[in-house]
Amino acid sequence: MKAPDFVYVRPGSIAEALALLADTDADATPLAGGQSLMPMMNFRVAAPGKLVDLNGLAELRGLRVENGMVRIGAMTRYAELLASDDIRENIPLFGLALPHVAHAAIRNRGTIGGSVALADPAAEIPALLLVLEAEIHMQGLAGTRAIAAEDFFLGLYETALQEGEIVTEIVVPARKTTEQFGFYEFARRHGDYAMAGVALKVGGPDHCRIGFFGVADRAIRATRAEVAYRDGGVPAAMAALDDLPFDGDLNAAAKTKRHLAGIALKRAFEGIS
Amino acid sequence: MNEPLHIFDRPNSYIGRSVPRPDARRLLEGRGKFVDDLQLPRMLHAAFLRSAHSHARIDGFDLDAARAMPGVVAIYTGKDFADHVTPYVGTLTHLAGLRSAPQMPMAMDVARWQGEPIAMVVAQSRAEAEDAVAMIDADLHPLDAACDTESALDADTPVIHEAFGSNLAWERLVEAGDVDAVFSRNDVTVIKRTFRFGRHTGVTLEPRASVVEYDPSENRLTYWYSGQAPHMMQAILAKHLDLPEENVRVVAHDVGGSFGIKIHTYGDDIATAVAAKLLKRPVKFVADRHESFVSDIHARDHVVTGRIAVTADGTIEALDFDDLTGIGPYSMYPRTSAIECNQVLNLTGAPYKLRNYRARGRVVFQNKNLMCQYRAVGHPIAMAVADGLVDEAAAAIGVDPAEIRRRNLVPDDTYPCVSASGMKFDDLSHEKTLDRLISEMRYDDLRADQATCREKGVYRGIGLVSMVEVANPSPMFYGIGGAPISAQDGATVRLDAGGALHVSSSITEQGQGTNTILAQIAAEVFGVDMDRVKVTTGDTDNVPYGGGTWASRGAGIGGEAMLLASKALKDQVLDVAGILLQSESESLDIRSGSVVDADSGAERISLRDLARTVYYRGNELPSDVKPELIATRHYRVTDFPFVFTNSAMAAHVEVDVESGFVRVLHFWAVEDCGRVINPQLVDEQIRGGVVQGIGGALYEECVYSEDGQLLNATMADYLVPMAGEMPDISVFHVETPTKTSVLGAKGAGEAGTGGAPAAVMNAVNDALRPLGASIFQMPMSPERILKALGKV
Repeated sequence: MKAPDFVYVRPGSIAEALALLADTDADATPLAGGQSLMPMMNFRVAAPGKLVDLNGLAELRGLRVENGMVRIGAMTRYAELLASDDIRENIPLFGLALPHVAHAAIRNRGTIGGSVALADPAAEIPALLLVLEAEIHMQGLAGTRAIAAEDFFLGLYETALQEGEIVTEIVVPARKTTEQFGFYEFARRHGDYAMAGVALKVGGPDHCRIGFFGVADRAIRATRAEVAYRDGGVPAAMAALDDLPFDGDLNAAAKTKRHLAGIALKRAFEGIS
Repeated sequence: MNEPLHIFDRPNSYIGRSVPRPDARRLLEGRGKFVDDLQLPRMLHAAFLRSAHSHARIDGFDLDAARAMPGVVAIYTGKDFADHVTPYVGTLTHLAGLRSAPQMPMAMDVARWQGEPIAMVVAQSRAEAEDAVAMIDADLHPLDAACDTESALDADTPVIHEAFGSNLAWERLVEAGDVDAVFSRNDVTVIKRTFRFGRHTGVTLEPRASVVEYDPSENRLTYWYSGQAPHMMQAILAKHLDLPEENVRVVAHDVGGSFGIKIHTYGDDIATAVAAKLLKRPVKFVADRHESFVSDIHARDHVVTGRIAVTADGTIEALDFDDLTGIGPYSMYPRTSAIECNQVLNLTGAPYKLRNYRARGRVVFQNKNLMCQYRAVGHPIAMAVADGLVDEAAAAIGVDPAEIRRRNLVPDDTYPCVSASGMKFDDLSHEKTLDRLISEMRYDDLRADQATCREKGVYRGIGLVSMVEVANPSPMFYGIGGAPISAQDGATVRLDAGGALHVSSSITEQGQGTNTILAQIAAEVFGVDMDRVKVTTGDTDNVPYGGGTWASRGAGIGGEAMLLASKALKDQVLDVAGILLQSESESLDIRSGSVVDADSGAERISLRDLARTVYYRGNELPSDVKPELIATRHYRVTDFPFVFTNSAMAAHVEVDVESGFVRVLHFWAVEDCGRVINPQLVDEQIRGGVVQGIGGALYEECVYSEDGQLLNATMADYLVPMAGEMPDISVFHVETPTKTSVLGAKGAGEAGTGGAPAAVMNAVNDALRPLGASIFQMPMSPERILKALGKV
């Protein structure tokens, strides 16, 4: 369980990082918090030729609130998000969900941008961003661009990120006073990847956004359930999940995921605040 | 006239006190000496190519690319070792009919499980060795595999060892009374259930590891390893590597957990020794976590169909079951993989008065990793089957689970006695432990709470188990069958010139506190402060001969040897003191490092002065006095095949009937391990065991695909129990010392693991009962519980 040989570089600027990542011969991969990539390398599932460590890039750190938007640097760590008053006030959903992300040691290193770029189907962050109508900002040698979270997560570990691009910033609309949030997940042990989980934003009796994780090949919005909620409340929403592309795993067959997704949704609604 | 105080009854006795571990600080400061900490000059590192298939013919290897990799010193395939190590077979003569095929460290012609070593790279670093392993081109031809236990004996299942004609490794039938007559009576209620126990494994914090050095000038092999039985490994290495036994030294320094995983013969470890001998350079092998999952022995894998007959008043009239267990493609060497099944046949229902008993066991080969002895061998199956059936029967006839146990447990005043399966029991306390349990857990209050909760749609359950635990085994366990496994242990106690004791013992420290209790016993029995006792274990060159750590035997057997040696040395020292002080030695005692007047306690001479006189100024002694300030004693159990321990345990759970999730709210264990030497260490042993038992009941499972691929060989996917999910575990003791020894200690290492699964299963079923659902498959995952509830 030793990683194959690789070259390690720690650039001092985004420009330098992008130049390093553009060298396709080197098979370069950006290193964020390393909480997924390093184990994958040690298991020899991933074998990048060059690791471009983004941890030295101050430009990618920190968060600020401006014009009703919370702008979070991609290299901001879970622990920093959890400790932030700005996050607590403006993105209460993070406060509900992030304690479920792995364990303290992992939250001390893991970054929001790393989770976005990896797009693990059972991770919490992508579903939260779907529900929050967040925007993912990216930068490559060709320039910068931004994409709605909804268009970013394309499949199993598959995103809209192009070769050589890195995630630079996550932009989340600050909470409106009318909005409430809910979160619930089923994990065999605290901190495990979820068997089924859901995040909710409720804008009123006729409006909600529902994002599931751990049930399909990616974080996924349950748009039919959102519509059903408007018409028939929570029971209707629970009953409108059959069209989601449930995928089974070691802990739960697709049918079990379908069942747990409904229960999680009910409990998330019960717990909204 | 009053009897003199028993040595353990003296004020401030170390026995029965929660003395802190002398080694705790060293370990917490990171100064432990584990195998991977060992660095030797010219040392090389091994990595293995393991079969990717559960069953495959090995047609050959192309090693050119691997040989060309940087740092590679040697590459071996299975056949390269054919002339350098002899094959081993995991059979023992007392397990009549057990068969297994010869095994070599690496498969030669056919690989029989996914993870079996097939080639080995030795390189300058582990990373380079792994790089080269990735470059080996192995020509493997996949064969049809026999993976499923339940179909292993079917006619159309591939036979793993053709010469045997079937995949049956062993079978045994135990019969007492007239079972069929009871089941045909019409005044009994009969309950029949099928129980399934998934495979799980030990997951030691420190993986298996070995460093082997061979010195050709002396034909001497030194084997440092993370293990439990140094003398057994010495005999095995000597035999199979053709070395004189005395030329093999086996050393086990600090060991980061064993749980029975580290008491077997593993191909990669033996291959490391062969490579070191061939290369004449030290070689290190440390299993990584993935290798641990695919090559450390697995445990359980049983399907048991059983039935029980009870009368209307709850008297158990008969128990009848059939156990089928899958052990992988070989019986593990040298302890065999039939022991777990044998224990199930011997122990199921053993706490109960039972005259009519039939137990059939079949052990089958399969193309999966080997199954063998892991903590609480057989006990979780035996207890879950018996107490699961008992609870189902109690529910069927409307008797409370505590009450049906009271009516059927072997009474505390009937010992010694013999069980239906022929086990000899003495000094057990099933009634006392159950009474204490019911009172400590406030059983009636919990029942009231359960009723209140049900009205609110909250489903809580209470599960009980009464159990026996094998401890202090005699030679009847292994030695009788031809295994190089000592059932006796030795202890040496030496008084040094400074007045301190140096003691050594053949039992070993795995993190459970062996060295602490050895020091407690020596300090107490001889009469010095504990900080003046230095303990050596785990080194065949430097400790007396003995068995090591397994079967909950350390305190009971090694502890008794230490007691006897300490007492012998005390007598020897007092003889010398009597001469020096011109007193009757009977009038003297040793207390806190000094020879004192036994009556007044007044100091007569310090041990330091006595020892210095003997060692430096022998001229002051009469010439016919030949002091021996060292004593060695050995001890084995002679009166019984095993000295059993018993306990009563209970689990309180809440089942989320919407999701199938189980939360264990609290766990209680009332243990009778005889004399408790160190309550804190015993309690933590019980708690650790309970946690592993809860792991087996709710979380841990080696999940295989149908074609024999282990699907969850990572710490992310294999669910070890974590602190966050564990309940508070309350531990209580009833002390019934065994009459077989002075110390009176019985084992406590495995009770929790043996009993907790039954208690948790019974609690889950107690919670589900009003919903008409039940589950008899472990681990009881949320999905399985949802299925039991008919929700998915």
